[in-house]
Amino acid sequence: MLKWHDPIRVEQLFKALGERILVLDGAMGTMIQSHRLSEADYRGERFQDHASDLKGNNDLLSITQPKLIADIHRDFLAVGCDFVETNTFNANRISQADYALEDLSKELNLASAKLAKAVCEEFSAQTPDQPRFVIGVLGPTNRTASISPNVSSPGYRNITFADLATAYQEAVAGLLDGGADVIMIETVFDTLNAKAAIYAVEEEFKARGERWPLMVSGTITDASGRTLSGQTAEAFYFSVEHAQPVAIGFNCALGADQLKPHIKALSGVAKSLVSAHPNAGLPNELGEYDESPEDMASTIATFASDGLINIIGGCCGTTPAHLKAIIEAVKPFEPRPLPADFTLDVAA
Amino acid sequence: MSEPRYTHLSGLEPLVITPDLGFVNIGERTNVTGSAKFKRLIVEERFDEALEIALDQVQNGAQIIDVNMDDGLIDAEAVMVEFLNLIAAEPDIARVPIMIDSSKFSVIEAGLRCLQGKGIVNSISLKEGEEAFLEQARTIRRYGAAVVVMAFDETGQADTTERMIECLSRAYQLLTEQADFPPEDIIFDPNIFPVATGMAEHDNYSIAFIEAARILKEKFPWSHVSGGVSNMSFSFRGNEVVREAMHSVFLFHATKAGMDMGIVNAGQLAVYDDIDPELRELVEDVVLNRREDGTERLLEAAERFKGEGKQQVKDEAWREKSVAERLKYALVKGIDKYIVEDTEEARQAHPSALEVIEGPLMDGMNYVGDLFGDGRMFLPQVVKSARVMKKAVAYLVPYLEKEKKEGEKKGKILLATVKGDVHDIGKNIVGVVLACNGFDIHDLGVMVPAEKILEEAKKANVDAIGLSGLITPSLDEMVTVAEAMHKEQFDLPLMIGGATTSRAHTALKIDPCYPSGVTWVKDASRAVDVARKLTSRTHRAEFIKASQADYAEIRERALQKKSKKQLIGLDKARANAKDIDWASYTPPLPKTPGHHVIDWPLADLVSYIDWTPFFRTWELAGRYPDILEDAVVGEAARSLWADAQAMLKQIVDEDWLEAKAVCALMPANAQGDDIIIYTDETRSTERERFIGLRQQADKPSANLCLSDFVAPVGSGKEDYVGCFAVTTGLGIETAQAKLPKDDDYADIMLKALADRLAEALAEALHEKVRREIWGYAPDEDFSPEQLIAEDYQGIRPAPGYPACPDHSEKTKIFDLLDAPNTVGLTLTENFAMWPTAAVSGYYFSHPESQYFVVGKVGEDQLEDYAERKGVDLEQASTYLRPNLTD
Repeated sequence: MLKWHDPIRVEQLFKALGERILVLDGAMGTMIQSHRLSEADYRGERFQDHASDLKGNNDLLSITQPKLIADIHRDFLAVGCDFVETNTFNANRISQADYALEDLSKELNLASAKLAKAVCEEFSAQTPDQPRFVIGVLGPTNRTASISPNVSSPGYRNITFADLATAYQEAVAGLLDGGADVIMIETVFDTLNAKAAIYAVEEEFKARGERWPLMVSGTITDASGRTLSGQTAEAFYFSVEHAQPVAIGFNCALGADQLKPHIKALSGVAKSLVSAHPNAGLPNELGEYDESPEDMASTIATFASDGLINIIGGCCGTTPAHLKAIIEAVKPFEPRPLPADFTLDVAA
Repeated sequence: MSEPRYTHLSGLEPLVITPDLGFVNIGERTNVTGSAKFKRLIVEERFDEALEIALDQVQNGAQIIDVNMDDGLIDAEAVMVEFLNLIAAEPDIARVPIMIDSSKFSVIEAGLRCLQGKGIVNSISLKEGEEAFLEQARTIRRYGAAVVVMAFDETGQADTTERMIECLSRAYQLLTEQADFPPEDIIFDPNIFPVATGMAEHDNYSIAFIEAARILKEKFPWSHVSGGVSNMSFSFRGNEVVREAMHSVFLFHATKAGMDMGIVNAGQLAVYDDIDPELRELVEDVVLNRREDGTERLLEAAERFKGEGKQQVKDEAWREKSVAERLKYALVKGIDKYIVEDTEEARQAHPSALEVIEGPLMDGMNYVGDLFGDGRMFLPQVVKSARVMKKAVAYLVPYLEKEKKEGEKKGKILLATVKGDVHDIGKNIVGVVLACNGFDIHDLGVMVPAEKILEEAKKANVDAIGLSGLITPSLDEMVTVAEAMHKEQFDLPLMIGGATTSRAHTALKIDPCYPSGVTWVKDASRAVDVARKLTSRTHRAEFIKASQADYAEIRERALQKKSKKQLIGLDKARANAKDIDWASYTPPLPKTPGHHVIDWPLADLVSYIDWTPFFRTWELAGRYPDILEDAVVGEAARSLWADAQAMLKQIVDEDWLEAKAVCALMPANAQGDDIIIYTDETRSTERERFIGLRQQADKPSANLCLSDFVAPVGSGKEDYVGCFAVTTGLGIETAQAKLPKDDDYADIMLKALADRLAEALAEALHEKVRREIWGYAPDEDFSPEQLIAEDYQGIRPAPGYPACPDHSEKTKIFDLLDAPNTVGLTLTENFAMWPTAAVSGYYFSHPESQYFVVGKVGEDQLEDYAERKGVDLEQASTYLRPNLTD
């Protein structure tokens, strides 16, 4: 087993995880949307002349609008979140190809991680007894390794494991260089993509001769109770268990209500900590998330009172107000007990 | 003990192996080495039907399915990926975990890259030492799969309890301590070997396994014990009742001891309590090795328990029937004992000899044709029928001549093996089958140039032309014939057949050259139907139109497929060459370098024969010896086998053939993709240069070229490469003359046996080279089965085969060995060897040398190859045609 990159930092994290339910931040995408940025805002000065449209490339804002991104991080930390997630959901070579920015992948991850790190340090200094942590985010990319995009040719794939692994390794290198404390492979809708990400992350750890804590969070896409690629909650966990993640969880696609049975299933089998970051309900007919902070927090409180979770947060549509309510709601409850054979001992 | 550690596996759904799950069934039918049907579907790329087999297993209760694509005819890596991707699209199959089964790690890794769930790798072992074992284990772990470990280590396969425990305990320790493997992800396969073989030292194999299972489960409670069960009853193949009883008894005891998974055919397991108590007792004696005479007693009793007792008594009742019935019976069964007297009786009963032929004899042959068409008779039987028919007709010829009439023929068909090719077994089989079905066959023999085919077709006024060939250059020659036919405005239908031909090649290359109709004929069994349609005035046009449409569609699909399969550049492929650490390796010095010419006693070759291809020649699908007991073709196979043994004995006893071999071990070094052969040890003068081809497929494993296995120039290592040429075809014409006249069955049999003997000689010579002449494996001692499975160190690839597909490189081997003078072998203009019962190739000694498939090569490699070989681009394209992308 490789040694921890920063044992002191890991110890802080593990100590906190042993004591209480920790809280992730809320939505980055929907927060950015609310600013109604223009094409020119996205481009900034540096990409004025870039040939492709850049509006919608949220990850690019870490370079072109760093203040806006830092402020969103601050808004979440200010209400008491323990983690911020880097603005890197699509900051990989495969997704960035849509904007002809594939070669910017590493720089995007580096810039986003640095940004998040600086804001975390700012807040850690203010609340020394509550250290804040940067989660380096590896998103799912916009392709699926185990589903054919062509209905009439089920054996066909438009992305390979190897290409995914290459893209992920480049991304994770940027996140680590930028100072991420934890890596989270999230919004996993195709587990084979996640396995390629795990492969890449381990490759990068091996190359560096040290490791960082890893989290994996899947997505149950609809009422079928399966991931997009067809797995049940347990099957998903078993498929990524070899990564020995600190925490396993689900996020996105569903509101807290709909997500709860799946978190329960996961909690029943997981030999690690369990995380959840649901959406603020299901989107309404206008595509907006409108569950109120109070409603969401009251459901989340039952996650905590049932002893299902160690880490909680919000995905699409969740604002600092939602997180503030959630933090209050889970405060009275103990985190999910540590599973047998799982330890938060840094030396182990 | 801490918290229980249950194995977690997953497809789309989870599988947790808890004790109350009992015995876990692993489906064995999606395995090309175990299922002839599955293999055929894969080879023919009938993936839809192959998927049905997978679905069938899951629906019949397989909790995991084993997928194995290891076969010489299959690009295992590519097909594994294709098949797993297709499974992923079938939720009813993909719900269970997959066991990726291969002896090649590159195939395993390619498979792991397709599994979103947590599967199992089958298998790894300590055979290659700890370092390789750990590297493979760590790789598997990073893909998140469980692993089967076989009880095999550097000293060999474990066959006693002690050795099983020793190998597997060591493996367990390495896996858990150095590869971060959780105990529950380890599955032991301690080896299930056949018992009751008649060899006393095999008697304890089952007990050894059961004891090993018990100890392993005690020592390593969270790991599992598995194995392939049907292997243990191998001696009783053909007696399913006894076999099932053996499996059931074995599992009863093995599962009690701790075996908790197994690759089995669940539907075929007998219930322990349902077994006849007497049989159970006898089987238990054998499985548990309770008494010395257990095998004997079971053998003795086995016949009594045989399912639906196969008739052993010679049945002469048919002699009581009418003469027409007797003729029919004799034809169907291939019995010629009474054919002359029965034919005479029929002649007396009919107004003319012709009516005997057109009446009872043709009725009988039509019946044979129907049975053959339905798959209820097999080729060797049909050829025997033809022999009987010929004998009957021969008897009637004098009467026919008196009647001055000839039988009406269905159509006249010209057959020829094309220019440059000398192989004619398949063509002769087709000729016989067509003749049996009333066609008049005009056989031009082998090495027939296009002009001759056209000329004869006109002269003999034939109704169709059939071309055959075995070696790849024959494919081009067939195109030449088709073009010539078009140019001369022929409108005869053209049939294409032979081992190297394919529907795809016919569609892409031949069909477009000849608008009057080309049809690929897959094998002799299809020949009759195709020939009937092509020579029928009413069906011909429609049939040709249909096959042309079919070929057009294949061309269309190929066009679309092309964009999908990407090749990497030659530079990139070379950068991804096999990385052998030459600095720490010293190539073995040949004990006796130079040339060796050996006259080999035929008798010594018999044990080296690989019989499986022999049955394939006769279009009987299946692996020897299982094929002898196959439910479908078993009877045909047994009868063929008996005839083969009889003739083989004659060949050996009476020295019908001469076996000659030559080999040479020469100083050599690799230079890029070439291998330089030096004139002498000073390595200053180049004697010859073998030009190699490199894989250009885009894949995770190395892009191989044969030169990778030879120490490069500048490595400072003195390496060697060998060449060999062997034949057992000398004297075959004299032997043919000894056969009964017009006996096609005997003639084909002789050629097929000569081919097998040549392969056996190549195997025997290679062994001698490894043990004595080169001498790098002096202590090697493999069984014939292990030799066939290529368990040994080093390879002997042959030009024209997948690792070095250019046939023209053979000229260099022939020159280096002086083959015409040393062993009497020559090459035709298209590089086929004459006599045909021959093998030639290279020897490589490096432990990591392996067989591989070059596959498609790019324009860049073609140009580079032409330049290195010193031929123009067009010539090089001719040599490499099958490897070029269309």
